[in-house]
Amino acid sequence: MIPLWMYLVVAAGLFSIGVFGVLSRRNAVAILMSVELMLNAVNINLVAFWRYTSSAQSMNGQAFAAFVLVVAAAEAAVGLAIIIAVYRNRRSVIPEEADTLKG
Amino acid sequence: MVEFNEMTIAFIIFSVFALGGGIGVVANHNLFRGTIWLMVSLFGVAGLFVLLSAPFLAAVQVLVYIGAIAILFTFAAMLTRSMTSLHDRFNRLGFTVIGSAVLFGILIIGIIWPVWGAGDVFAEPLSDVALTTTDLGIALLSGEGYVLPFELASVLLTVAMIGAIVIARDDDEEEEQR
Repeated sequence: MIPLWMYLVVAAGLFSIGVFGVLSRRNAVAILMSVELMLNAVNINLVAFWRYTSSAQSMNGQAFAAFVLVVAAAEAAVGLAIIIAVYRNRRSVIPEEADTLKG
Repeated sequence: MVEFNEMTIAFIIFSVFALGGGIGVVANHNLFRGTIWLMVSLFGVAGLFVLLSAPFLAAVQVLVYIGAIAILFTFAAMLTRSMTSLHDRFNRLGFTVIGSAVLFGILIIGIIWPVWGAGDVFAEPLSDVALTTTDLGIALLSGEGYVLPFELASVLLTVAMIGAIVIARDDDEEEEQR
């Protein structure tokens, strides 16, 4: 069997890639895609810890992963709708240029 | 030590899919190609779910993530095509690379090193027989389980769907009809 730490290394790598994308990309759609990568890394961690530590009668890890998936779907739908609305108003998908509320 | 069998090979392949797809998402010039790389990455994660004996989550990952969310990103990438994003792709590149690498190091030292140091404790799953999709359904819908968060999730999805329609709707069309 594959030990737990190998899954954790993959999840940590995916999470770090997602953090890098969120911090560095200038396109709002790319930032949302990086957020999806981070949520996927969290899901790997949840399912891996569920598989390797929980007792036989518990489904907690998978249930949590399923809820994370639902929230990710809602977040993607609303986020992309906001991006399209901003693009329609300002002709730009760069978050720094949406600065109407800046003091 | 890790024995080298077909499961390890599958793990390596799916990990390469997940991580390589992730790098493709954050590093690609073309946003449309980025969404294709996102699909590759999500597929790798689905394969990891299969290896972790969570077949329902793997199927949902393929259906919901690759089938719906990645397609949604494809639409957004095509609807918001702007020339400015093609050149200045990154924002303070060196700083963020160092920051992400430091975060990865912290995760390795803080979380993975203790798990690795625990040795045989986490080397294998506790039980050979994994629970099936039926057990997940019972856990999600039983009174002692997650029935309240389950119903809340359905309300959240409805709210998100209506909200997305309201936000993305074009107000000009509505006024033209009046």
